[in-house]
Amino acid sequence: MGVVYVDNNATTKVAPEVVEEMLPYLGEHYGNPSSIHSFGGDVGRKITRARQKVASLLGALPEEIIFTSCGTESDSTAILATLDAYPDKKHIVTTRVEHPAVKNMYEHLSRKGYRTTFVPVDRKGNLDLEYLYRNLTDDTAIVSIMWANNETGVIFPVEEIARTVKGKGIVFHTDAVQAVGKIPFNLNNSRIDMLSLSGHKLHAPKGVGVLYLRKGTKFSPFLIGGHQEGGRRGGTENVASMIALGKSAELAESNLKEENDRVKYLRDTLETGLLESVSNTYVNGDTKHRLPNTTSIAFEYVEGESILIMMDQFGICASSGSACTSGSLEPSHVLRAMGVPFTAAHGSIRFSLSIYNTESEIDFILEKLPPVIEKLRQMSPFWQEFKKQSEQKS
Amino acid sequence: MWDYNSKVKDHFLNPRNVGEIPDPDGVGEVGSLACGDALKLYIKTDDQNRIKDAKFQTFGCASAIASSSALTEMIIGLPLQEARKITNDDIADYLGGLPKEKMHCSVMGRDALEKAIADIKGEAEKPVEGQIVCECFGVTDREIERVVKENHLKTIEDVTGYVKAGGGCGKCQEKIQVILDTVTGQKKPVGKKPSKLTNIQKIRLIEETLEREIKPSLQKDGGDIALIDVEGDRVFVKLQGTCASCAASQVTLKHYVETRLRDLVTPELTVEEVQ
Repeated sequence: MGVVYVDNNATTKVAPEVVEEMLPYLGEHYGNPSSIHSFGGDVGRKITRARQKVASLLGALPEEIIFTSCGTESDSTAILATLDAYPDKKHIVTTRVEHPAVKNMYEHLSRKGYRTTFVPVDRKGNLDLEYLYRNLTDDTAIVSIMWANNETGVIFPVEEIARTVKGKGIVFHTDAVQAVGKIPFNLNNSRIDMLSLSGHKLHAPKGVGVLYLRKGTKFSPFLIGGHQEGGRRGGTENVASMIALGKSAELAESNLKEENDRVKYLRDTLETGLLESVSNTYVNGDTKHRLPNTTSIAFEYVEGESILIMMDQFGICASSGSACTSGSLEPSHVLRAMGVPFTAAHGSIRFSLSIYNTESEIDFILEKLPPVIEKLRQMSPFWQEFKKQSEQKS
Repeated sequence: MWDYNSKVKDHFLNPRNVGEIPDPDGVGEVGSLACGDALKLYIKTDDQNRIKDAKFQTFGCASAIASSSALTEMIIGLPLQEARKITNDDIADYLGGLPKEKMHCSVMGRDALEKAIADIKGEAEKPVEGQIVCECFGVTDREIERVVKENHLKTIEDVTGYVKAGGGCGKCQEKIQVILDTVTGQKKPVGKKPSKLTNIQKIRLIEETLEREIKPSLQKDGGDIALIDVEGDRVFVKLQGTCASCAASQVTLKHYVETRLRDLVTPELTVEEVQ
């Protein structure tokens, strides 16, 4: 078997239909959408359609869609624009399990003098809403809470939170990079002010993202320049990638059912299979409120990087919450915030599927992975110790 | 993805001498679950003090397993006094080099070897020397000084790569810089002033330090600590929350709580846990 790709929360395969749609705009249709001549204007019209498709996926208006270069740009823009709009407010709120795109921006702002609140989660990765609401004040400028967690797939009740936050007159932003394309959206019916998404997480290429900005929300651009994106993001358009993202949004909308049926079934097959065949193994995060494609599985007493490199020998691509893989030395801040013990945090592997995965790929992982864990446990002093202790007990 | 060379990969995928020696002459154990890697090295010697057999058990990343495997291959057949001279660089060289962020794996190998040999010689286990600098990984100033000297390290990143210090929360990086400057002769170490406290002052200071410094830090990880009693220089505490069930709680207690109290109250204190 070639590559078995189950790392779709890291990035996804660009859909063949998407490649086909974008290629002419890297070739013969090289016009500038801002030009007055029809050679450029045709490109502009194509972007308009792409914008409509993204708006349709989100249940938003086309003019509420701002194309950006990535999810991180969307996040940074949303946060900084809000602080710019409310210069007197010096308190900002987010969660302890946020992606670095938001987490590190908040830490940066904290060093700049902003008071920051990082809302904790419980052992299942669910947000402490009571803590969140208790910490909102008149001084709070923005609350930014991810829609779904990239490591565990746990979904936060973002629409409910937005209602409460907006009720107090505070701007609400959500990083929905992992959620868009996996669950249905209808922003029209929500009170969310801003939402970030990233193209390469939903089968468009890397280098394009979107910031949804609710009509009427106070805003100032992050990239100041030309009139592009309604003057809200300067810079000549990344034409081919925007068109690609439009196509991938259209595909995502029509694949939503498959994502929640077949992909979910494959994920559950993988999860159940691993829990049944490998002892001392459990799922990180609340399985009731979770993306259909993600599972984070803790294999106790072994270390994640070793698992990944052994799986790599079979062409299986996944990722881990372990310290060693990322270059940082501490295990994932998400798993630590959930209070996952060290016995399990270092050996946690995230599998994230897509519509391109097949049943035979899942069978292949179920065949190859259990012996890898067994081999590493044979080497692990903690596993040996654990076994001796359980033998003594019985 | 780390750039592991083929020899490192080979020692990881086909590790040599994995397992346990049932009646070893020496055992060396380093690392912990909390730190993300640990190595248990077993040594058997012959009547001429030569290493007859060595086996290992390792929890950790690919380079930790490869370093352990390489170490056993290097020491089998060596007289103890020769084995004693092996440095972490020798282990890394034997593997054809390790990524610099992974040098701590070779340091772990050397540390386990030293401990195993000390165990054979019947030497008492050395108490932790020096003051903890990196609280995340429990690394002391002495350990940092040693790797800086032995490996001619120049930057904080180098130190993190070799002993992990500074790679967690990053709060100790200034202290690491001071050690680097001191070892490389750029600055003189600053001596600490001895102080004499009355019992009342001491207890109050212990309470304050627990409240201000230690509790918030433990609470971040869902743990907590309560002061039970103070008798002379013995401080009795009870660990609570996630600390109470944490495998690394003894490390936390000795390396963090005790060190902070010694630093901020008086160096004579010992901390003991009340169950």
